[in-house]
Amino acid sequence: MSDLGHVLVLAGGVSFEREVSLSSGRRVADALTSLGVEVELVDVDAHLLPRLMNDPPAAVFVAVHGIEGEDGALRDALDLSGVPYVGATGSAARLAFDKAVAKAVVARAGLRTPASVALQHAAFRDLGGAVLLDRVVERLGLPLVVKPAHGGSALGVSVVRDVKDLPQAMVVCYSYDSVALLERHVSGTELAISVIDDGAGPIALPAVEIEALSGTFDYAARYTAGMTEYHVPARLDEALAKAAADVAVTAHRALGLRDLSRTDVIVTADGDIEYLETNVSPGMTATSLLPLAAASVGLDLGTLCRDLLQQAAVRGRSTPGAPA
Amino acid sequence: MEMSGGSRLDPYVDRYAARTHGMTTSEIRALFAVANRPEIIGMGGGSPCVSALPLDVIAEMTSKLISEMGDKALQYMGGQGDDRLRELICGVMALEGIVASPDDVVVTVGSQQALDVVSRIFLDPGDVVIAEAPSYVGALGTFTQYQADVMHVTMDDAGLVPEALREAIARVAKEGRRAKFLYTVPNYHNPAGITLVEERRDEILAICAEAGLLVLEDNPYGLLGFDGPPLPALRSRVSEGVIYLGSFSKTFAAGVRVGWVLAPPGVKEKIVMASEATTLCPVALSQYVVAEFLAHHPWQEQVKVFRELYRARRDACLESLAASFPAGSSWTHPTGGFYVWVTLPNGVDAKAMLPRAIQGRVAYVPGVGFYADGQGKRNLRLAYSLPEPDRIREGVRRLAAVLADELEIVATFGNGQTGSSA
Repeated sequence: MSDLGHVLVLAGGVSFEREVSLSSGRRVADALTSLGVEVELVDVDAHLLPRLMNDPPAAVFVAVHGIEGEDGALRDALDLSGVPYVGATGSAARLAFDKAVAKAVVARAGLRTPASVALQHAAFRDLGGAVLLDRVVERLGLPLVVKPAHGGSALGVSVVRDVKDLPQAMVVCYSYDSVALLERHVSGTELAISVIDDGAGPIALPAVEIEALSGTFDYAARYTAGMTEYHVPARLDEALAKAAADVAVTAHRALGLRDLSRTDVIVTADGDIEYLETNVSPGMTATSLLPLAAASVGLDLGTLCRDLLQQAAVRGRSTPGAPA
Repeated sequence: MEMSGGSRLDPYVDRYAARTHGMTTSEIRALFAVANRPEIIGMGGGSPCVSALPLDVIAEMTSKLISEMGDKALQYMGGQGDDRLRELICGVMALEGIVASPDDVVVTVGSQQALDVVSRIFLDPGDVVIAEAPSYVGALGTFTQYQADVMHVTMDDAGLVPEALREAIARVAKEGRRAKFLYTVPNYHNPAGITLVEERRDEILAICAEAGLLVLEDNPYGLLGFDGPPLPALRSRVSEGVIYLGSFSKTFAAGVRVGWVLAPPGVKEKIVMASEATTLCPVALSQYVVAEFLAHHPWQEQVKVFRELYRARRDACLESLAASFPAGSSWTHPTGGFYVWVTLPNGVDAKAMLPRAIQGRVAYVPGVGFYADGQGKRNLRLAYSLPEPDRIREGVRRLAAVLADELEIVATFGNGQTGSSA
């Protein structure tokens, strides 16, 4: 038995990544159970806060993805309830979850990131959709990646190679989010680099190289085993692997994150590392990248989660709304 | 665990049969996972309102069955299904004019299994199935898994269009291909909510008979009409050339998973063997429960309860659509069953709009899933069977608000061009 005490794994919620989150949560809960941790998997709904108040757990592992788990609100609610949790504070999560803001923050920290513009639908409506899209295409060129500024799992993301497909990509994107990030498409090797901080400072796990067999790492490619080939560690020379790891750690620090994160980058043919985004609640499913990276260095998922819960329990609650 | 050679995380990936190639997860599945939450008014799935059943009566009946007949109800049985239930099923079919022998009935695990076994014994890869446009998504999925190609035939307000069926048959023949059967849901169609009118029924059968095309008549909703007695089934008009699928999912309970197939004797033999290979036998306990309910309870009164309940829900849905949906949209007016088929204003893509709808706390099924050929972008299916009338009104109101927002987005981008330089 573990001496950690009773812990909760939060998963589900009403975000578009509910199914992925439930799968992540079950995997984390099972891994903790196998170590003798007293763990309960709990959905995020109106019963959660009364439950936390009546029977406070030693700590909470947030396996909720998408807007509920990563926009900071749930984490602020946990702080307001006095419950310690694994991962970024609400304010830091908020910074990271907004891809446009996160790109600006990491750029200030010296990282490269593809040129982009984040636009509300109102801007297109008021200034003229076609004219504004023309300016975007002129400035950023094609292909172009259109993605919701908030959200994950590639939901609502389109790679636009032909200008005639751009309007539909915008319509799809705005169905998911009120802000669209239009980003210059960068070709190269796609990497996901997980960062763990067990109290001794953030360190990067080996990068996972993603080779989507269809050519696009979309939702199906992410969650259908067999559609993507993963290489751990990535097929990079030592210097480039080190540089990619530094990018992920720099992003983790610049965004003020805690405990764990996963940063996605592209390594170009010239060896430049272009930052795309950072997840504060990385996927933990059977096809997710952080568990894959951890396994590659013999790090057991249950042990990792238990240690992070222990760290959170010792740290105690954060101050709601504290700066990142 | 170094994987320098790369891993696809599925060690069996190179061993799957060709028919699995389309089996991938999708964004739509992710969205439906959220749609089941209570915050969201679910008008997507065609779930029957089982809470309207006399649950205490069924509980008592099932308990008695197990205590008194447990040695049979919890045992294997013959692959064709329980004799008594097959007799009772003939009585159910008689309500739609079908004269049948229990010998020609095979009980299945829902009519979905009947679709599977019929497809298994008739379809080779590359065969053609002719089906209405749109058509039941579960049937399309089955045909696809048997690697058949679906050719859709137009419907109008009176159902399948005979001339379009003739043209489809001719087109298949011209391509040198073989259509194995016409798959049709003649009553209160899923998803279209349309019923094939009496005047066309004999003509459709004659066209198929002339072309040597079997008819697969799928009729789960036939007894759930709101206006008068049910129309005589296609199978009631001919004794050959029609394979008939029935189900207790909508008239009793979907969870018991009891359906059936009525087929000509030679076909029936193969269906029994194919079915045995899948399940050995249909679920004994479920069959006994259904048989008890049919034999000892006023089940037709229960069907009346369902009819009135669904009629009120249909009314709520149609009234709300009329009150809140914008110009340029249209919808069918079902006279029974579970579904309204909505056509959205030009330029709106129902699948693209679904995330906005989920955020607006209402769910539907986008139309493209009901076609094998990419049609249906402007369509969506609303199921009014499960939510109560007030929830339906609220759901349609929410959907109208979602649609208004989507129309604004489409107005901004929807001309498919990017202005001056385009």
